[in-house]
Amino acid sequence: MTAVTTQPSAVRPLQPWKLTTAQRFSRFATVIAVVAVAALLVLVSPLAGLAGIALVAIPLQVAVSVARSGRHGSVAARNDVATSLIGSAFLILMAPWLSILYTVVRRGYEAISWNFLTDDMRVTAPDAELGTGGIAHAIVGTGVMVLVATAVSVPLGILSGVYITEIRGRFTKLVRFIVQAMSGVPSIVAGLFIYSTLVIYNKSYSGFAGALALAVLMIPTVARTAEEVLKLVPEELRFAGYALGSTQASNVFRIVLPTVRSGLVTSAILGVARVAGETAPLLMTAQIFLATKGNPFDGPLASLPIVTFSFFQNGADNAVTRAWGTSMVLLVLISLLFALARAVSADRRRSRR
Amino acid sequence: MAVAVEQREVVTKKPRVDKVLHGVVTSGALASLVILGSIAGFLLYRGFEIFSDMGFGFITGSTWEGAGAEGEVTKYGIAPMLVGSLVLSLIAVAVALPLSVGTALFVEFYAPPGLRRVLVSVLDLAAAIPSVIYGLWGLFVLRPLAIGWAKSLNEYLGWFPLFRVDATFFDGSPFIGGLVLAVMISPIITSVSREVFSQTPPELVDGARALGGERWSAIRHIVLPFGRSGVIGGAMLGLGRALGETVAIYLVVSIVFKINLQMLFTGSGNIASMIALKFGEASPYEVKALLASGFVLFIVTLIVNLIATAIVNGSVRKASK
Repeated sequence: MTAVTTQPSAVRPLQPWKLTTAQRFSRFATVIAVVAVAALLVLVSPLAGLAGIALVAIPLQVAVSVARSGRHGSVAARNDVATSLIGSAFLILMAPWLSILYTVVRRGYEAISWNFLTDDMRVTAPDAELGTGGIAHAIVGTGVMVLVATAVSVPLGILSGVYITEIRGRFTKLVRFIVQAMSGVPSIVAGLFIYSTLVIYNKSYSGFAGALALAVLMIPTVARTAEEVLKLVPEELRFAGYALGSTQASNVFRIVLPTVRSGLVTSAILGVARVAGETAPLLMTAQIFLATKGNPFDGPLASLPIVTFSFFQNGADNAVTRAWGTSMVLLVLISLLFALARAVSADRRRSRR
Repeated sequence: MAVAVEQREVVTKKPRVDKVLHGVVTSGALASLVILGSIAGFLLYRGFEIFSDMGFGFITGSTWEGAGAEGEVTKYGIAPMLVGSLVLSLIAVAVALPLSVGTALFVEFYAPPGLRRVLVSVLDLAAAIPSVIYGLWGLFVLRPLAIGWAKSLNEYLGWFPLFRVDATFFDGSPFIGGLVLAVMISPIITSVSREVFSQTPPELVDGARALGGERWSAIRHIVLPFGRSGVIGGAMLGLGRALGETVAIYLVVSIVFKINLQMLFTGSGNIASMIALKFGEASPYEVKALLASGFVLFIVTLIVNLIATAIVNGSVRKASK
């Protein structure tokens, strides 16, 4: 066999459908101009605010698209209009999320201080001066409940995943079906369930009850993610294990699970991120407690979302600021969990190479 | 020369550890089944008294009156909240669906790859923002704006039946609640739609482009038909989440126990927010009624989710073929 000597010449595909830089620039400038014109129109009309600008800018952009591309035929015009509308849909949907982030930070940062993170509300009224009291009780409470929920739900979730990918028994379809049905359980129903069993039986709210309600909500997330990562284990690894005479048990514990360890950690983190902000189920299970404590079996226990909610219900300015501050802590916590999950799975990808 | 081949029977006896493993894993996996079953079982058991006392009136009745004084009638019927749940969720899906599909198309087919990766994480994060934060934002930021929009809609488009109101009270309306829910469920619908769109066979899209089709032609004639059932399934998942949302509705909507079909007019509510509202100071009998309401909510969301899952799975299976 002769070696291939002809080097592929440096022919770059022309991609004539791609916009040139000049065209890109002119489109970008058009959008800016359209928004500016819309803003001017809004100033001199009864319309107001960003919504008013959008209401004028989007039809205007569509009209510009038709005028610009119409000379290339109706297909080109439709394509241009679709681009405008799809871009608008994206911008409209991004607006509320950016607004949420902005609002939480702008209204919440005032409440944040070292004291806010380390003190509790045992001796402080919700509407007292900012800088006194804090949400340590909520941080500790959420931490404890999330730990207990993780301890309960992660083994169950991983077992579901292992059942589907390793045992592959006759319940495989059923297990998958149940996990999907469970992921749709409204959070308040999980709370009512724990209330109707544990809380009524113990005649007392408790952090443990709250943790169990969170665990019910966490299991489907963990199980799904665990199944996804377990599916990535190459079949050859299992065969190699069996060929060496290993039992299925040692195959699972020494080969399959260690291979996807970081993926399983990711599944647990995503589960935690899913439940750390749940409010409704904790209303009827863990309730709220104003002092910092870490024992989940000793009566009601505070949590970040419930404390946010109760600060808000107080209604006073300082209390509402505290509510936003607590929201900010919660949002930062969840973002950190996501970043952590991403870092762990990126690590996995790198180590596989 | 025939050699008598002795058929050796191959028997693999499962080692004992494997039997233990099977037992443990199977019971762990079936724990979910037990949990799901006991959710239905316990809520039904605790609420059974209500179902037998109220009969079908629990679903169709529209009064919620606990026994106040001696001999006063106790009546529990969740019709207004059941209708409210549907109205709020339908508004939410109607608003969120077109925006989410547009955003999913943008992320998958218009955004440059670097931006796409960022946006996918943003979508994941947005889906995890706690509902209490959506609720506070809805109350403080969206509500004042939405009241203005509702007024304008009523003023300029009031002849349209959907935007009619009997009296000009616009605060805490199903419209505002539906908008907050729309913001909450759009990350889910967008993620699911994007996922399905991304599974469109690239050779089909390239083929359409090679035949001279514009990007929109490829999307319109290949991507959208291909992903249709996935989008419907995503919308149903969003509907399921909207039906069960508690805190955001509790904070934003004025919970009024009357069937309100005028979407711009004050007052609505859903089952979940009603449970949260009444739970604090409910009599033992009323708590049973709340648990019974929880059972109804559970069944409704379960049905919606199962339909959604069946649709999404159907489309993914079709895609992987």
